[in-house]
Amino acid sequence: MVTVFIVFLLTLLVITAIGIVRTRDLFAAVMLTGIFSLELAIVFFLLDAADVALTEAAVGAGIATVLLLGALALTDDRERGRRMRRGLGLVVAAGAAASLVYASFEQPRLGDPLAPAHQHVAPWYLEQTPELVGVPNVVTAVLASFRGYDTLGELFVIFTAAIGVRFILGTRLRTLRHGELPSADESGLRSHLVPAVVGRLLLPFIVLFGLYVQFHGDYGPGGGFQAGALIAAGLILYAMLAGEEAALKAVPRPILMGMTVAGVLLYSAVGVAGMLLGGNFLDYSVLLADPVAGQHLGILLIELGVGITVAGALLSIFHAFAAHRTAH
Amino acid sequence: MEYLGLYNYWVFAVLLVTGLYAVIVSTNLLKKLLGMSIFQAAVFLLYITMDKIEGGTAPITRAGAPDQLYSNPLPQVLILTAIVVGIATLSLGLAMVVRIYDDYGTIDEQEMARRDRE
Repeated sequence: MVTVFIVFLLTLLVITAIGIVRTRDLFAAVMLTGIFSLELAIVFFLLDAADVALTEAAVGAGIATVLLLGALALTDDRERGRRMRRGLGLVVAAGAAASLVYASFEQPRLGDPLAPAHQHVAPWYLEQTPELVGVPNVVTAVLASFRGYDTLGELFVIFTAAIGVRFILGTRLRTLRHGELPSADESGLRSHLVPAVVGRLLLPFIVLFGLYVQFHGDYGPGGGFQAGALIAAGLILYAMLAGEEAALKAVPRPILMGMTVAGVLLYSAVGVAGMLLGGNFLDYSVLLADPVAGQHLGILLIELGVGITVAGALLSIFHAFAAHRTAH
Repeated sequence: MEYLGLYNYWVFAVLLVTGLYAVIVSTNLLKKLLGMSIFQAAVFLLYITMDKIEGGTAPITRAGAPDQLYSNPLPQVLILTAIVVGIATLSLGLAMVVRIYDDYGTIDEQEMARRDRE
């Protein structure tokens, strides 16, 4: 039954993707991208990846759609140029597809317990996590503890991207300050009664759920990445309801930048603290007398760092796009 | 039924080349970014396909169920972080597209090349 559902959803995914590529109306393409992400999130959920599904739903279907719409509002929403190299594109696509499908016959079937991916290090993580780290969610344990270096690197990528967006789009901020303020009444959802009321009702629950996901991530699906995205989504909703001015008054720009930096610093500081206490970089076992309690504390702190940076970075990216629009 | 277990890989292949086709054929920069997102989503699907174990459940261990089979947590960790990094890089790309529009008044490659020649 589940297999049938997955097959159905995967077929929908292909249809949506072809729709995105074929349509010349970029607004429709962006909306289809949101639907695509939601379908993909359900597929992830059915394939036992609850954490990934939560992330994809919050980031892909929520924030990516808002940012794409923001970029669309600043540029052109029709695809005007004639498509080039159509024949070449078809040949390359068909050739690549044929070779990938040919290679798939050598792949283990879906759900095969003897697949090579399940033989190497994964069983070790599943067996040792309760003993060494002591948190039920193995995904969180691997992400925050066993592969903490990786996650720190990923966090730096997000940090760098947020700084980069500010550098690229932030040049017109000064003209905004001297020029007239954006006309607030037409911006956002404020003129639409139903979204405004429902949005205001939903807002506290979105942020509360974000905090739950942040601090319950060791036990259930969740963690800093999902929580950061959810809280950012809640505050973006607020910006759309109350206008950008009000959102920036609630969480000013310097605080957003500070959050982006503070999360990365907190994560790194936990790593250095481990070194000072005689362990390796990002070794949480030495943080407290009891190694498992130390792991708990370390994971809690670095997940907090991840959440703060992700929320700050996504929000400052959103505000960079929003301010750029009003500067025109 | 033998080939039903490979359906995920075929969808991966089709999504991957759909994204690639958009990047090659379209001259619109935003459309190229959407194509790259589809390409990226296909890779996510490939990884998550590999984590599934028949009869398994999400890798959140429960006390008192020693025989419970769990799906592989490792691909999930890799893709979880990749999704968030993906949005960060996408937004950087979008910022560049917006700046290009500011200077050229178009986000079409051919149109930009034409204006450069003038």
